[in-house]
Amino acid sequence: MKAQNSFFDPKLLNESIKQAFVKLHPKIMFRNPVMFTVEIATVIMGVVCVLVLLGNTDQGSLGYNISVFIILLLTLLFANFAESLAEARGKAQADSLRKTREETPAKLQDGRVVASSALQKGDVFVCVAGDVIPTDGEIIKGLATIDESAITGESAPVIREAGGDKSSVTGGTKVLSDEITVTVTASAGESFLDKMIALVEGAKRQKTPNEIALTILLAGFTMVFILVVVTLSPFALYAKVGISIAAFISLFVCLVPTTIGGLLSAIGIAGMDRALRANVLTKSGKAVETAGDIDVLLLDKTGTITIGNRKATKFHAAPQVAHEHLMKAAALSSKYDETPEGKSIVELAGLNLTNPKEEAEIFIKFTAETRCSGLDIGNVRIRKGATDAIKKIVEDAGNPFPTETLDTVQSIAANGGTPLVVIENEQVLGVVELQDIIKPGIQERFARLRRMGIKTVMVTGDNPLTAAFIAKTAGVDDFIAEAKPEDKMNYIRKEQQEGKLVAMMGDGTNDAPALAQADVGVAMNSGTQAAKEAGNMVDLDNDPTKLIEIVEIGKQLLMTRGTLTTFSIANDVAKYFAIIPALFIMAIPALAPLNVMQLASPESAILSAIIFNAVLIPMLIPLALRGVPYKPLGASALLRRNLFIYGFGGLLAPFIGIKLIDMALAFIL
Amino acid sequence: MNTEILGVLFMFLFTIALGIPLGRYIARVYLGERTMFDRIFKPIDQFIYKLSGIDPMKEMTWKENLTALLTINLFWLFLTMAVLMGQHLLPLNPDGNPGMSADLALNTAISFVVNCNLQHYSGESGLSYIGQFMLMFLQFVSAGVGMAAAAMVFKAFRDKTTKTLGNFYQFFIKSCTRILLPLSFIIATILIFQGTPMTFEGKDQMVTLAGDTVDVSRGPAAGFIAIKHVGTNGGGFFGVNSNHPFENPTFISNIAEMFAQFVIPIAMVFAFGFYIRKRKFAYVVFAVMTVGFLCLAIPNVHMEMAGNPAIDRLGVNQDLGAMEGKDIRIGSGAAGFWSIVTTVISTGSVNSMHDSTMALSGMNEMLAMMINAFFGGCGVGILNYFIFIILAVFISGLMVGRTPEFMGKKVEAKEMKIAMLIAFLHPFIILTGTALAAAFPGYGEATLNNPGFHGFSEMLYEYTSAAANNGSGFEGLGDNTPWWNISTGIVLLFGRFLPIIGPVAIAGILAGKKYIPDSAGTLKTDTYTFGFMVLAVIALVAALSFFPALTLGPIAEYFTLR
Repeated sequence: MKAQNSFFDPKLLNESIKQAFVKLHPKIMFRNPVMFTVEIATVIMGVVCVLVLLGNTDQGSLGYNISVFIILLLTLLFANFAESLAEARGKAQADSLRKTREETPAKLQDGRVVASSALQKGDVFVCVAGDVIPTDGEIIKGLATIDESAITGESAPVIREAGGDKSSVTGGTKVLSDEITVTVTASAGESFLDKMIALVEGAKRQKTPNEIALTILLAGFTMVFILVVVTLSPFALYAKVGISIAAFISLFVCLVPTTIGGLLSAIGIAGMDRALRANVLTKSGKAVETAGDIDVLLLDKTGTITIGNRKATKFHAAPQVAHEHLMKAAALSSKYDETPEGKSIVELAGLNLTNPKEEAEIFIKFTAETRCSGLDIGNVRIRKGATDAIKKIVEDAGNPFPTETLDTVQSIAANGGTPLVVIENEQVLGVVELQDIIKPGIQERFARLRRMGIKTVMVTGDNPLTAAFIAKTAGVDDFIAEAKPEDKMNYIRKEQQEGKLVAMMGDGTNDAPALAQADVGVAMNSGTQAAKEAGNMVDLDNDPTKLIEIVEIGKQLLMTRGTLTTFSIANDVAKYFAIIPALFIMAIPALAPLNVMQLASPESAILSAIIFNAVLIPMLIPLALRGVPYKPLGASALLRRNLFIYGFGGLLAPFIGIKLIDMALAFIL
Repeated sequence: MNTEILGVLFMFLFTIALGIPLGRYIARVYLGERTMFDRIFKPIDQFIYKLSGIDPMKEMTWKENLTALLTINLFWLFLTMAVLMGQHLLPLNPDGNPGMSADLALNTAISFVVNCNLQHYSGESGLSYIGQFMLMFLQFVSAGVGMAAAAMVFKAFRDKTTKTLGNFYQFFIKSCTRILLPLSFIIATILIFQGTPMTFEGKDQMVTLAGDTVDVSRGPAAGFIAIKHVGTNGGGFFGVNSNHPFENPTFISNIAEMFAQFVIPIAMVFAFGFYIRKRKFAYVVFAVMTVGFLCLAIPNVHMEMAGNPAIDRLGVNQDLGAMEGKDIRIGSGAAGFWSIVTTVISTGSVNSMHDSTMALSGMNEMLAMMINAFFGGCGVGILNYFIFIILAVFISGLMVGRTPEFMGKKVEAKEMKIAMLIAFLHPFIILTGTALAAAFPGYGEATLNNPGFHGFSEMLYEYTSAAANNGSGFEGLGDNTPWWNISTGIVLLFGRFLPIIGPVAIAGILAGKKYIPDSAGTLKTDTYTFGFMVLAVIALVAALSFFPALTLGPIAEYFTLR
């Protein structure tokens, strides 16, 4: 699943080459104004070739005209090939996802068995251990462990159950235990994945707002160059300089921004493709673009900032109690405790908990009323639990609750920890400190986000004291403590009113309104159907840190467009210095010093310029598909860097490239 | 030699030094804050508002403002045409000059309404004094209209989100009464002391050293010449403009006129910064414009002072520089400097004949008008620069991975459409006009003074000057023909009003958008990095649009002459 398609996968290449010819159809070309003008230019050159073939003599040799024609045709094909390759790669990526859901029989509730492709929205089917789930759906009854590795690549099984926030199942995943009843959420061909494939394939792909604005800019430049070339004709007439049609056409094709024009749609598709590679399904290209502009990120504490569960980190014994005594009692109280917190206490104590006297052990489960758990061994009663609950037990038994312990409890809470008081026979032994474990490396990620200009907000159900501590340690900019679902919504609204763009991730049905309100709402694939419908992206990995990657993908997409536009337009300077002297030098020999590249002949100068122009497109395909790497340096530094590489580079590169091609041509001809 | 350069340096630095406080004053005027001249001007303003029934406090949207602007201009256009064509029937015509032909009147009226002053006539023989006054009035109001348009754009970026861009009439009247009028008064006074005539009497008779008797034209010239520069209009009272010994009698008057035309365009940049409370932004804009200006001005001063190699080869001494078409009291250095000042800002007055400047000097003069955004004409210069800012913001915004924004407002497809259209318009009218003239030798080539490349430059210069609303000319061209009068008239109208409508529309649309506060990821537009980006966009757009045309004109001429 994670396998990357190499750029040179022969199957992709063959398909893309075929598509490159299909896309020559004017109706398809018309979508891209820059390349459409090149197509018209190519047709004109074709006509000129025919005229020369029929005996016209004032347009130069047949070989020269045909060369120009072929190079222009190649320019078009290269541009189409770039788009096709991006489509093919996206499709291949999507297909590998789709492969996981080949025809699987579905057992309907009424006992019938149908093919998965025949399932309709609203159908209900049953899966037992060992079954492959036939299509996407939502569990309406039961609970099961499911192997989702086919989608996420993650081998650990996950639990999905009806009613909660983790009720969605994905087609192609495998039920490992238990039985679930599932209702189909999308008919065949209408799942998120199907929609995404349609986006990539182009038929339904709409230009994003930024793409439209950029197309206007490029069309504007194209108009300027049409003007330059058209008016050059009477100018030349006045100066009594004869210019062949091939030279006019070549000048025009060199000047119009074919590099960015040819790669523009490939860049957009590649953006969605990169999201797909990160296992994120996007519902529109616009969502990816918006991600690059995000100002505020709302992140859930658990799973994003901290490792899912709290861990015991320290034992604080009460006065006159031996440290070992407390450790032993705490560990024993958790001996049969299956919660991660309980397990971590046993782990931290590291004691041998076998029961040599084989006394009866009774595990006391945690309940909402008692708010404590523990173990009875013979007549020894060990309990651990929240401070106020334990305090009540202790004081009801007429024992004192030591003030030192109370102080410890408070200082733990102030440091972002959770205190658990341990008692033995209603006597206080001490406190176990549980701490949230902040994910390693998360501070650096937040620092990176801050340099990108993005504010991070932690959302947690913890009390404000704990939340503040964790927020500070992890390095987030703000937090929402004791958060209720509507708090998220209100926070998003507030930020949006200030003109900021907000991204968030969520899975529950009660997240759905906030997901819909956010500018970029990423729903976890495990989340409820409502959440997935509300958001504009779905993360197949259910990974809360994915938002950070999505933002970078968005930025890369915009940057790739910007840098290639700059590069393309900067190229024109050198092309002028190749072609203008070539046009005039025969009639005005004094202009020889303008031929700064010392190109061999006017014809080789023109051919070199258009060859350079054509081969640039395939040479830049890898960059267009991979994207320009984003570096969080601050906007001005980033602009300087990209201006230097792509602006200055774009100014120089063609001087070198055209000169080399000219030397090669001079050698061949 | 050195004194000439010192003189040039002094003019430049003196203007900048006074431009900053003037900018602050202009910002205060537009903001309606108290200034020390309130006592004098407030009653005048109030009288005008009352007379014309205008409510100066009424906030108007950008569309309402533009409608007001265009309507008032249309009215002046027809009024002026009527006066010019019927001036022989009107009083104040001591020399008995005839009424203008329709096509010449159309061209003249348009060219003064649009702050261009492309003069296809000679003031001495073509205009009565009442005609001169009508044109003088237009020199005020056309400058005021440009400044008012700029003030509306200022207004768009002061507030976070606003639907209205102030009141055109108020900005316009204040520009005239509180900025243009006092400055012109000062300049006119200096000119009178330097010997410029200010009289209603007709021609004077003089006896020359050779003993011949000649008729010498005069008239109310000092006032006319003052506003011609203060308002970056450039229309001369006499045919040869500020090369005429009455129009620009001494080196001091030359300094005064230079200062007069340059100071408001510089001050407007600073006024923008003061008005929107972003002074650093103004400094960056100023720096970019200055660098662009110097890139054109320094070579010109150098080339004009170095002289003409072709004449040198004939054995004629070139120590004083290329003196063809120049006057000894001004000198080649100050003339070279002026040739760029007058073309960079859209004045178009000349103190030497541009037709006679060196080939590449001529190219720089044309480039200055082709770019038309380094300081530029009264108010409109900053509007042209604004278009390039929008283009630069768009490209550089993408380059840093954000959808582009300017002053906290997102730049989207609609604004790009307008900006691109305006950026396209300028080369379009210049190149199309020149192409038509080149394609029909009967209209174009037949009127040229020179054959070959220089002749091509004459045509190219004429349309460039018209499109940039500059008004100067390569005066070898015989331009008082229906072809030139009508075609440049059309170019003038397009070149004036679309570049006002476009930026004001963009500003109006942006002003109405939601304000987005800056973050670390926002591309700041008040940095020198961004300034460089704007300069690069300006240079690239100009180079890409005009390189072929310039190659066939001045560049070919230069290489042939060398």
